[in-house]
Amino acid sequence: MTDGALAIETHGLTKRFGSQLAVNQLDIAVPSGSVFGFLGPNGSGKTTTIRMLLGLASATSGEIRMLGSAMPQSLQSVLPRVGALVEGPAIYPFLSGRANLARLDSADRFASSRTRTARVDAALDRVGLTHAARKKAHAYSLGMKQRLGIANALLTPRDLLILDEPTNGLDPQGTREMRNLIRSLAAEGTTVFVSSHLLAEIEQTCSHVAVMSAGRLVAQGTLDDLRAEGVTRVEVRTPDLDLAREVLARWGLQSQPGPIDSSLTAALTTSVPVEQLSEALVIAGVRLRGFTAEGASLEDRFVALTGEGFDVAE
Amino acid sequence: MSQSDTRRNLGLALLGSEITIVFRRRRNQAMLLALAAVPILIAVAVRLSSNTSGRGPAFLASISENGLFVALTALTVSIPLFLPLTVGVVAGDTIAGEANLGTLRYLLISPAGRLRLLLVKYAGAAAFCLAATAIVVIAGVAIGAALFPVRPVTLLSGDTIDGAEYAVRCLLLIAYVSMSMLGLSAIGLFLSTLTTVPVGAMAATIVLSAASQILDVLPQLAWLHPWLFSHYWLGIADLLTSPISFDSFQSNALLQLGYIAVFGTLAYGRFATKDVLS
Repeated sequence: MTDGALAIETHGLTKRFGSQLAVNQLDIAVPSGSVFGFLGPNGSGKTTTIRMLLGLASATSGEIRMLGSAMPQSLQSVLPRVGALVEGPAIYPFLSGRANLARLDSADRFASSRTRTARVDAALDRVGLTHAARKKAHAYSLGMKQRLGIANALLTPRDLLILDEPTNGLDPQGTREMRNLIRSLAAEGTTVFVSSHLLAEIEQTCSHVAVMSAGRLVAQGTLDDLRAEGVTRVEVRTPDLDLAREVLARWGLQSQPGPIDSSLTAALTTSVPVEQLSEALVIAGVRLRGFTAEGASLEDRFVALTGEGFDVAE
Repeated sequence: MSQSDTRRNLGLALLGSEITIVFRRRRNQAMLLALAAVPILIAVAVRLSSNTSGRGPAFLASISENGLFVALTALTVSIPLFLPLTVGVVAGDTIAGEANLGTLRYLLISPAGRLRLLLVKYAGAAAFCLAATAIVVIAGVAIGAALFPVRPVTLLSGDTIDGAEYAVRCLLLIAYVSMSMLGLSAIGLFLSTLTTVPVGAMAATIVLSAASQILDVLPQLAWLHPWLFSHYWLGIADLLTSPISFDSFQSNALLQLGYIAVFGTLAYGRFATKDVLS
């Protein structure tokens, strides 16, 4: 895969259920090799989007390209390279964990029957289920089912993983393991597309983020971009307080005394890029002891983008 | 990393997996055991009662004379109700059952391919039809031989056949009756693509099998009878004449093929474009 290629690309992707637009003119671009966080409140259209990507639901209009091929036309050749966990794991309760994986693996015509047992065992091992492999899956806990679902996504080497709420039901160890797993898969070159509303998870693992709200994309970019947009205050620590105040004023910023003696803070207006502000301070000869951009947390950004209300969007 | 360099295999593994699952499910095993109990109950009841007169299902009176008639009696009893019941459960479960478990979405993104999945599911249901019929006949032959004298069988036409020819007739019976259930299975498969509630598809399939049999006895609807999928279900008597008459066999095969074609197409038409949201 060449750098700069997109693992997932949609243009004007729209899904209408009756009179309701579940997904509205969605343009997402997931760079190859990225860990892409797909955020949005409940009912914002994340899972519907994932269903369309995977060919489970057809788009009302718009285009999808996955791993360089048009979907759903190339479904049969693209999907073997894609592992997915969609809307929670699904199991055959009357089969063991191992038999569950073998069953789903047998549906993939590119998966060799000869290596099936070995691949199933490796996937079980990777999610820490080896000891429960022979147990009937109806006896699995929520977290174990979740692990089994993730193991299913890892049955063959994948170029792209689409994980819908991967840490659902996992214990703290499992959550941590999940994070490590995503990192190690990304290090191997797999593009990981994770939908979640656990913002802390996204902050710790993702390089890129897209935010959906009520079926629309409201933000997209690298995690740093998104955070930078959310910077609300700067704190300048310097012995040259007067000079610094002057520079800030030139940018139209009102400064107040900061938390310690030789410091200033100023509330940012959205039009001022932080990096230009620090550059201006240095050029003006302000000797900096510290320059801090206090970002809003991702959570603040998320709420700012998607609205405050607790009610699920219609 | 990419898998595209490896060859796509024939994909028979999914068929194997489907058949294994059909026969490993406790529910299906229980239904097969219940079917095996039909000839056993009949045989034991006849053995325990000395009274052989009175009315009963076809061939019942012959059992005490010849144990080989147990299988025939059991088939005749099972065809209207027990067989369609079990077949309806398996056929109605095909797609709706997977949708209900949520495993349908994982099969599809594996990717199983929608047409291939339908074919495999239908093959699994057909295998169950065969097993269900076979178990009635085999259990019948076994219990009949155990409890009653076994003699050369006198056919409906008055001719007598020996053991080897009896075995051939039994195989033909199994073929005929399991084939009879294929049309119903196709209906069940179609109904199963309409819902994510397997019980709904099962019940609808079973209700249709009853409805078809009821319509088949209403003389006012005589014009409709040859088109009902259950019309030839009890035509097994043709296989018990000498020489064997294949008239019913042929008509039945054509009729069942027609049902498979129509409902198979409907099932594909529905399933190929369906949004899988479960």
